[in-house]
Amino acid sequence: MENLRLLFESPFLSVQLLLDGVLIGAIFALAAYGMALVWGVMGLINVAQGELVMLGGYAAFYLYRAGIHPLFAVPLAAAVLFAAGWLLYRAVIFRVVDKDLFISILATFGLSILLQQLANTLFGADVRTAESGFGTLFLFGGAVTVSSIKLIAFGAALLTGAFLMQFLRRSRMGQAIRATAQNSRAARVMGIDTGRVYAWTFGLNAAICGASGALVAMTWVVHPYLGLPYTVRSFMIVIIAGLGNVAAVLAAALGLGVAENFAGFIFGAEYQAAFVFVLLVVILVWRRFWLARERRYLR
Amino acid sequence: MLKTGLLASGAVAFSLAVSGALAQAEGDTVVLGAAVSLTGKYSVNGKNTKDGYDLAVKRINEMGGVKVGGKAYKLKVLYYDDESTPARGAQLAERLIAQDGVKFVLGAYSSGLTKAIAPVTEKYKVPHVEGNGAARELFTQGYRYLFAVLSTSDYYLRDAVNLAAEVAKEKGRDPKTLKIAMVFENDPFSLDVREGILEDAKRYGMHVAIDDKLPPEINDMAPTLTKVRAVKPDMLLVSGHEKGATLVVRQTAEMKIEVPIVATTHCDSAKIAESMGKLAEGVLCASQWDRKLAYKDKWFGSADDYAKLFEKELKYPAPYQAAESTASVLVFADAFARAGSLDPEKVRDAIASTDMMTFFGPIKFDSTGKNVVKPMVLYQVLGGDYKVVAPTKWAETKLVWPRKLPQ
Repeated sequence: MENLRLLFESPFLSVQLLLDGVLIGAIFALAAYGMALVWGVMGLINVAQGELVMLGGYAAFYLYRAGIHPLFAVPLAAAVLFAAGWLLYRAVIFRVVDKDLFISILATFGLSILLQQLANTLFGADVRTAESGFGTLFLFGGAVTVSSIKLIAFGAALLTGAFLMQFLRRSRMGQAIRATAQNSRAARVMGIDTGRVYAWTFGLNAAICGASGALVAMTWVVHPYLGLPYTVRSFMIVIIAGLGNVAAVLAAALGLGVAENFAGFIFGAEYQAAFVFVLLVVILVWRRFWLARERRYLR
Repeated sequence: MLKTGLLASGAVAFSLAVSGALAQAEGDTVVLGAAVSLTGKYSVNGKNTKDGYDLAVKRINEMGGVKVGGKAYKLKVLYYDDESTPARGAQLAERLIAQDGVKFVLGAYSSGLTKAIAPVTEKYKVPHVEGNGAARELFTQGYRYLFAVLSTSDYYLRDAVNLAAEVAKEKGRDPKTLKIAMVFENDPFSLDVREGILEDAKRYGMHVAIDDKLPPEINDMAPTLTKVRAVKPDMLLVSGHEKGATLVVRQTAEMKIEVPIVATTHCDSAKIAESMGKLAEGVLCASQWDRKLAYKDKWFGSADDYAKLFEKELKYPAPYQAAESTASVLVFADAFARAGSLDPEKVRDAIASTDMMTFFGPIKFDSTGKNVVKPMVLYQVLGGDYKVVAPTKWAETKLVWPRKLPQ
């Protein structure tokens, strides 16, 4: 309760938590776009989503070490991960695309363990960080601080979202992806190479995760085991926002970021993760009732 | 050729399984067993541990091995990878002793693993000397065969509290008025560090204003640090292995959180000064050991000599995790010689009466098996280097207070 009192006494704290929450929510949003895309188009829940984020972080870290400015490392990491995603599709994912949802969860779960251990062997378990050197902005006479890299991450998340929407709406491949999502059989009949569409979709997902991973490396730290919370958060965000709506994904992600920050402040950091899981359960239960009600209307 | 090859490699496991007597003294070699974390979340420190053991074994063998009852034996370590999971560690300890016939066990990395392995070595009455399990509760279970060369974890950050009290007195402030903010990972080691701080804080009558426990999967301290900004404590104490050290340095700088004393564990293995440069300036770091300390022994010479040899052999600066591992092997070597026998029970008694000086510091066990004569060291990152500031006896330089963030 001490913490609540602090919040009420000093409104700047709420501003700080709100800002931090919104800005980190943008990073969650990126991974969640990818999950929604893959889920919607390929009918596949990618449990290795967080591991793609982690790999993106490492790509950014090594690019940074090679002397590339972290800002350019973001698109480069995305490009590297696009290739990695494409390869993963050709090697593993294509085998589970048309299968039961449960099989895809199992397969990508295995993949996530494999990627974790591979990263541990290749990069070591050291905690790494890439310094953006962008500094910090001060608001309200220093009572609220915003690191520039978080602002950049926020901008990047919005841009990527906009780009994704435009890409799906206008480009040839985007139209093919949407057609496949609506009805893959019909798309095949119309001459769309759905295998290629799936590979693109998964590559695109990996690229978005890569960008988010690069931002994670610049905002916090990277290590081989950071994936799981990103997978869980993406899953949650997609559950709330649904599959077809980029703006809803963004809104849910920002909401989650803010909720997490306030939970961490009020209940203490030990309940921050617990809060996310409790929220997930509550939302799932609530959705069930909600869907059941809709079904009744249909009848 | 084939036959000797077989004898050299495969025969180890094979003959050990057949006969325990062969195992402990396979020809003229004494085999020590260890489960260490080569994969999983402790793999960095696990490798430090293994490197420390290997260096000790190499050095002892170079010097002619250990003399036991007039015969010189070489040492050898049989390793398994415990994958950083306690259950696996216990399994492997069982396998080392029951299947491979190992009679002497070296510790794993981390308190959690040591906690899992100690009951096994206790069951088989096998001496277990470790340098990487610092949890206090390891030494409240009445274990007879477990010995630790390091200071227990509740001592890690006590010196930071003492130092803060000293500074307060110097500045004419009552230590009672000091406010503490703490962030700890939710693991046995960090919670012990916390206990130690709470005890000392209580002794001084200090107020603990923030007491957050970071779950292992959380990568962000922003909510806690926001609280720190509001509460304005006099010290911020952090224990969360490498991740905690890296995060506190990075995020206090990024969010411009000015706290006069910021102290953390594991900053040398996290390489905060090396990887984050001036952001780490002024941070206090707890360490079991430092190369600048004036300890000496017959195997390695001074602490600095050890560090030089380590760097030459293993191509990275010696972390204390490796030094304490090396010291564990030295305890065995010393005990073998004094026991004049390889009988586990006699070796156990010899270990219990250890009173030796090593490059790592003095070693003498109390009745619970922990080393009670070696103090902790506190560094401060100054000018991109780690300078010893406590205990005052070894201090290279005076504490810079308050910590100023780089502009």
